[in-house]
Amino acid sequence: MAHIDLKQPILDKNDQLARELRQRFAENHVFVVDLLASPGSGKTSTILATIDALRDEFNIAVIEGDIASSVDAERIKAQGTPAVQINTGGACHLESAMLKRAIDMLDLERLDLIIIENVGNLVCPTDFDLGENMKVMILSVPEGDDKPLKYPGVFQAAEAVILNKVDTMPVFNFDEEAFTSAVNQLNPQAPIFRIAATKEQGVSEWAEWLAEKIRAVQ
Amino acid sequence: MHELGIMTGVMDAVEKSAREAGAQKVLEVTLSVGEMTEAIEDALQFAFEVLSESSQLCSDATLKINMISPKSECLECGAVYTHDRFHMLCPECGGFATQLLEGRELQIDSIEVDLPDDAESGADADKSGVSDDELGQ
Repeated sequence: MAHIDLKQPILDKNDQLARELRQRFAENHVFVVDLLASPGSGKTSTILATIDALRDEFNIAVIEGDIASSVDAERIKAQGTPAVQINTGGACHLESAMLKRAIDMLDLERLDLIIIENVGNLVCPTDFDLGENMKVMILSVPEGDDKPLKYPGVFQAAEAVILNKVDTMPVFNFDEEAFTSAVNQLNPQAPIFRIAATKEQGVSEWAEWLAEKIRAVQ
Repeated sequence: MHELGIMTGVMDAVEKSAREAGAQKVLEVTLSVGEMTEAIEDALQFAFEVLSESSQLCSDATLKINMISPKSECLECGAVYTHDRFHMLCPECGGFATQLLEGRELQIDSIEVDLPDDAESGADADKSGVSDDELGQ
């Protein structure tokens, strides 16, 4: 019997490719955001509102990750922003190899910001580095204020938390104080942005915070 | 949910290393998994069972998982402390600026394999194996 030391990261292949992508993004001065959230939390609406707020200053493209369909990419394209759809064919998260195929279809030199809409899932995408500058998570009010307690990983992986659909707070009995304190415990440094994406409420504060990050890599 | 995908990567890496070493059988695979990852121990074990069944090299292998508890450093006061998945704040000064030192590992530590030499001196190996078992009982 022999003992072989490997000390090898399990996601080595994914992480290696993610490092290469990160290098390409840096060389082209593109800022990349990976958005994580549940299905129906308003990822696409948040992206559309973010584009509206930033399109005058930055060239933006969107990569849409879904198990199937190109519904989301069509919605983005209809607003005049380039969008590439990735269908994972059942996989619950995006991996860097999938992202690379989408990136190869974009003209990186012309872009300032790429927003990746990951597959709607609060668990699996957390473990996969895509070479992005940061992960941001969206929680919508109807999902409930207890989600940080149930899905701690995603709240920790995120550099910022967007609380969407805040206009529905009175209807859903959302305890914002409990939510904020749970997020602060899990991820003390993450700002929380309160928005209602389809009502253009609170979006400018989030967009300005993001704009600072984009300018920093230009 | 994604444990099967993670374990597929483990099996690929293990089989490659075992083949490079000229091994005939993989006996044990040891992983380190941080508690801050979304990989669940039971689901990893299940995925390993399913995948090793169809692997000639790994069909008899067992999986050992070392779960790593989260450990952070406070960037305000410098305290280093262990914590659970839910509480990152510095217990000393209540500081918000903290950095995770351990707890996000997803690593293959090592493998135990049978080399052709072991098979040739199989009698010795068997003997020692038996005596170990007897000692254990």
